[in-house]
Amino acid sequence: MDKFKKIKSIVTPFDKVNVDTDQIVPKQFLKLIQKTGFGKFLFYNWRFNSDEKPNSSFILNDPKYKNSKILITQDNFGCGSSREHAVWALQDYGFSVIIAPSFADIFFSNCFKNGLLAIILNSKIVEKLLKIQTEIEVDLENQIIKTDTEIIPFQIDEYKKKNLLNGLDEIALTLKYQDKILEYEKKSTISSLL
Amino acid sequence: MSKTLFEKIWDSHLVLEEENGPSLLYIDRHLIHEVTSPQAFEGLRLNNRKVRRPDLTIATEDHNVPTSDRSLPIVDQVSSIQIKTLEKNCKNFGIQLFGINNPNQGIVHVIGPQLGITLPGSTIVCGDSHTSTQGAFGALAFGIGTSEVEHVLATQTIWMEKFKPFEIRVEGKRKNPFAVTAKDIILSIIKRIGTAGGAGTVIEYRGETISELSMEQRMTICNMSIEAGARAGLIAPDEKTFEYLRGKKYTPKNYEELVDEWRENLKTDSNAKFDKSFTLDAKNLAPQVSWGTNPAMVSDVTEKIPFPEEFAKDLSQQKGVEKALQYMDLKPGIPITDIYIDRVFIGSCTNARLEDLIAASKVVKGKKVSSKVRAMVVPGSQIVKKQAEDLGIDKIFIDANFEWRESGCSMCLGMNPDILGPGERCASTSNRNFEGRQGVGGRTHLVSPVMAAAAAIKGHFVDIREMDLN
Repeated sequence: MDKFKKIKSIVTPFDKVNVDTDQIVPKQFLKLIQKTGFGKFLFYNWRFNSDEKPNSSFILNDPKYKNSKILITQDNFGCGSSREHAVWALQDYGFSVIIAPSFADIFFSNCFKNGLLAIILNSKIVEKLLKIQTEIEVDLENQIIKTDTEIIPFQIDEYKKKNLLNGLDEIALTLKYQDKILEYEKKSTISSLL
Repeated sequence: MSKTLFEKIWDSHLVLEEENGPSLLYIDRHLIHEVTSPQAFEGLRLNNRKVRRPDLTIATEDHNVPTSDRSLPIVDQVSSIQIKTLEKNCKNFGIQLFGINNPNQGIVHVIGPQLGITLPGSTIVCGDSHTSTQGAFGALAFGIGTSEVEHVLATQTIWMEKFKPFEIRVEGKRKNPFAVTAKDIILSIIKRIGTAGGAGTVIEYRGETISELSMEQRMTICNMSIEAGARAGLIAPDEKTFEYLRGKKYTPKNYEELVDEWRENLKTDSNAKFDKSFTLDAKNLAPQVSWGTNPAMVSDVTEKIPFPEEFAKDLSQQKGVEKALQYMDLKPGIPITDIYIDRVFIGSCTNARLEDLIAASKVVKGKKVSSKVRAMVVPGSQIVKKQAEDLGIDKIFIDANFEWRESGCSMCLGMNPDILGPGERCASTSNRNFEGRQGVGGRTHLVSPVMAAAAAIKGHFVDIREMDLN
């Protein structure tokens, strides 16, 4: 996982509640066995018309947002299926930060496992950011978002922050606790499936 | 200290508890399938890591397998690669696989309990959100992403923030339990608490109605906890639970000893505190039908399609309803029973167990599917299929012009050839009515198996309570 750096970009305003992972990556694209290359499938059924030409009314097809790295959206983003392909698609497309008033649990956790920063802000601030036309800066180290006119603090738990900033391999981290796992296994009575 | 059932299971699986951060939780059972595992195995390979406990891990092929003749090769090349990749990974890492031609193959959440892999008081994960199904046995069972699948394979543990316990009581005797099913109870709960109502929580379902439900019906309830935003659903085990798991393939040798222990310990203490509580009165509940594009957009079958203005309290919700009705091509004000359908799907981890098929067959028996409808039954597993065939249920469906197919996830998510065409409208016993879920442009109405069967016969939704049954 890459280390998370400061991100400065215009924001893509995606004013929609309950965006489910079936919309983020439709199921016809879940058959790949790699993690790369999912960006072209992001929001596929919304981004493209049935003739596979871009749907000009969909926000991501507005040239203004072509290089945006920050997606602002509404409540319960990422609900539904556990597919991590949703996170891989958002990242591969170019997003590094997603801001919403709330996220679905599994999606939220998947973001941090891949270095995608998901920020929860209250609805009033999200409404304001949805309208912002200029670039904003997301500074994870100091837990602030800077706009032209203000500085907005955000909360994140220390564990997630550390992992993101250092690009840590979580498995390597856990394997440092081998002795604890072994100790647990010695007293565990769970039956084998062999 | 008094604890909820969830807290008891959580505490007994702690490997490490950090002051301000997630805890490291031990995982007793890890179920894997072809769609969310390839990248996890690839990660292990790149880092030269092994599977820590292949003896606690089981794999099956369910998401993208065809449900047609299994003696034929898989036509979809990309699906075929995914299947072959799982087979290769299981072989290389020493994991047991119930592959496409194995008599134990089936939807991962159906085979877990059927084979006695699922045990009360255990922790169970799978790279699939509907892992919550297995909470019906008093297990802490939840869906995880692919990175977490890799983490569990490598360490048999997972880092988790502690969930909050949420109590949902279902009380009251249903007047007609054949017509008003577990599916109607859970749809009705989601309608009331919303698709994010359970966010950050594990729901424990309690109350007299829950106790009355069979194990298979309890699985239907726990299955859709995720549609209410909860990570898991849980029901304290009782004699029905213990009986269900007796004598299964993987039932532990010292089972009766374990049962004594579970009977004693696996329940919420009387003074335990929940973070949230909600009660549903099931007494006057009607059969439910979804009309929108998320599982909270649900009405009684006796109602009419709502007007978006009815949701004016919340502007974003009103917009959502407008957009949903447009996608579903439904006009506000028309009765639900005036909605005509093109397809019927009886299947999925929500409603494709033996009892579901028996109930639906009672509606279908001696009748024919409407000439305008294509209807299919996809049993949840090969075991379910065989049990049903032994009872002659397959014949009832086939005589009525239903397709009787092989087991798998099938049209619940349409990763295999079973999909809706653009604009097709389906009465489905599955769990998600998201846009395009069952096929690009397809329109899904979530219902119970008996309601789906009735719709297949009549060609439109009917109140099953008013239908003549033999």
